Amino acid sequence: MPNRASTGLVAYVNARLLDPARGLDVRGALLTNGETIADLGPTLFQDGVPDGLEVVDCAGLCLAPGLVDMRVQVREPGEEHKETLRSAGEAAVAGGVTSMVCLPNTHPVIDDVATMEFVARRARQIGLAKVYPYAAATKQLAGRELAEMGMLAEAGALAFTDGTRAIGDAQVMRRALSYAATFGLLIVQHPEEPSLVENGMMNEGEFATRLGLAGMPAIAEAILLERDLRLVELTGGRYHAAHVSTAEGIALIRRAKQRGLPVTCDTAPPYFALNEQAIGEYRTFAKLSPPLRGESDRLAVVAGLKDGTIDAIASDHAPQDQDSKRVPFAMAEFGGIGLETLLPVTLDLVHDGSLSLLEALQRLTCAPASILGLPAGRLDIGVSADLVLFDPDRAWTVDAKAMRSKSKNAPFDGRSVRGAVARTVVDGRAVFRA
Amino acid sequence: MTDTPLHLRHLLGIQGLTPGEITALLDIADGYVEQNRSLDKRKTLLRGRTVINLFFENSTRTRTSFELAGKRLGADIINMQASSSSVQKGETLIDTAMTLNAMHLDVLVVRHPESGAVKLLSEKVNCAVINGGDGSHEHPTQALLDALTIRRHKGRLSGLTVAICGDVLHSRVARSNIHLLKAMGAQVRVIGPRTLLPAAIEQMGVEVVHDMRRGLAGVDVIMMLRIQNERMRGNFIPSIREYFHFFGLDRDKLALAKPDAVIMHPGPMNRGVEIDSDVADDVERSLIREQVEMGVAVRMACLDVLTRHLPAHDGAAS
Repeated sequence: MPNRASTGLVAYVNARLLDPARGLDVRGALLTNGETIADLGPTLFQDGVPDGLEVVDCAGLCLAPGLVDMRVQVREPGEEHKETLRSAGEAAVAGGVTSMVCLPNTHPVIDDVATMEFVARRARQIGLAKVYPYAAATKQLAGRELAEMGMLAEAGALAFTDGTRAIGDAQVMRRALSYAATFGLLIVQHPEEPSLVENGMMNEGEFATRLGLAGMPAIAEAILLERDLRLVELTGGRYHAAHVSTAEGIALIRRAKQRGLPVTCDTAPPYFALNEQAIGEYRTFAKLSPPLRGESDRLAVVAGLKDGTIDAIASDHAPQDQDSKRVPFAMAEFGGIGLETLLPVTLDLVHDGSLSLLEALQRLTCAPASILGLPAGRLDIGVSADLVLFDPDRAWTVDAKAMRSKSKNAPFDGRSVRGAVARTVVDGRAVFRA
Repeated sequence: MTDTPLHLRHLLGIQGLTPGEITALLDIADGYVEQNRSLDKRKTLLRGRTVINLFFENSTRTRTSFELAGKRLGADIINMQASSSSVQKGETLIDTAMTLNAMHLDVLVVRHPESGAVKLLSEKVNCAVINGGDGSHEHPTQALLDALTIRRHKGRLSGLTVAICGDVLHSRVARSNIHLLKAMGAQVRVIGPRTLLPAAIEQMGVEVVHDMRRGLAGVDVIMMLRIQNERMRGNFIPSIREYFHFFGLDRDKLALAKPDAVIMHPGPMNRGVEIDSDVADDVERSLIREQVEMGVAVRMACLDVLTRHLPAHDGAAS
């Protein structure tokens, strides 16, 4: 059990306070009282910290809201050999993530209240990063019959998704959006037309042809998005496209937003930091879903992040064990772990001038929180003290073997990154210290 | 009372009836209610008339109600169940009409699973036609009996707020009731999950509410609709328990309506699906049994009115 004792008054002094929700970037201090933020600002503790407070000297490092990772697969229950709520929680807090939102593609599937409550209870017992569940949009993620969205939402499901599977049938998607809209709920889609990608291994194109691997056309994203956006218009349902990865898909969402549709989207670090060349000679750690794309699509993802078309960045954490990855490329499972590399790889966009530090943090904190209606991702008096203290410049090299995740399938293995977490705080408690 | 002359050749739907015609039908039906409650229930008004109940869809209560209505007016009334007739052998609707014409009927009551089928038949037969329910289109005698039930309890239709709850998408009862209630000056609120409300329903002049608790606030009448079991398995709604939780009428949700709000249901009820037994059987609030009684009177009124214009009794050519 975590230590819940040391939750008195803690003063974080000598910090660079960053609150992207209100554009705050200032040197100052922050005070937590128990589980919540009691005060913060440039003048706090100007004349010294009163006696009796625990003092954390931030040494000029960045103190920001803990990251809200809106797309994580934890594998528990059902595939605990790949990841557990505890190992995912440890990876999360090591990566500065204080809230993670988990896909329902566990065994059993999270399509009923009992399974969902099991996950929530286990996560509370572990006490690391907070765990919030998505629930299945359709029973058993089978894409045919609607799940009990109303009751699942009452029990705490943040939104509804078939996880790594697209809701392919247009009538089912229409009804899912429509039914969800009855209760004001959000549908999260994996936007790839399933029939176009079902036997594919990687992005369709010259590189796939040279490797002799079946391709997944980039257009599969635009085709499903186009259909879904029209269904959104028909039904009035709220819609979020997960891990968008193509120029055309992003252009569609940009236009939909301009027209005022209730649409949001996220992407994941591999889609702005890597392209299909990362597969090299059949590197299965780079076998992702959707697949890594060509360079022009990668640049479009960066542009989408810059202009705000892409609202959020999620890790898309997908643990796969050795048996799932140390096999011929075609037989390998899709997915890569990402909780521990989410922050530093996103900071690449800051170091190369694509985003400001506040913009990058916004896409990792208050933006996903606001899409999902979570009371997180902000530095406000009275909110939960979920914080990350990090050095944005410290260089290190990603080493898959050193990852805290139970699975080591890191697409960024071997990459030199800048940005290191020094401390992660959940509900006022330090749950990670470098 | 109204002096609107009733020149109806058929009763195919509520849409198109004037408020005067609706009121006249209800007034006549009111008279039959008293007759049905008396010891001497039989009249001879329709003596020598032939009425056929032609049902292409299973029904017990509507067919029985029409049968009773015909008998109480002295008509010769015959039931034809299409499942046991030549329709099963491939006869088209038009063929059926020709066969019926050869039988010299006076009134044909038709129920058919397809919207518009009763209208088609009415164009081909020589007799008067009453729509006993066609697809998801209309069920005019149900709306009239509902209106009569409400009017006898509330004294009026105009100015009332009526909630119609549940599977409006597939419901002919809902459509006929919307037409009638709007024509008579009532406010109508339809309540249900979006998957069970038809597109552009608000264009029929109703208010659309998805939260039943909010929708029931201040209503005078709650009409629950039957939900078919095959709709409950994930296609339109996820499950019975979820449906009942959000859209089933129970004591808790009923408390949000007016204190004297009445509960109606066209039957047959799915207890524990769209309505809790506790409220369905509440004699203070539930008019469900009375609706059945009004049904016979309304159908007598319809048979009465539609035979008025026919040529004289006995041997009259049709």
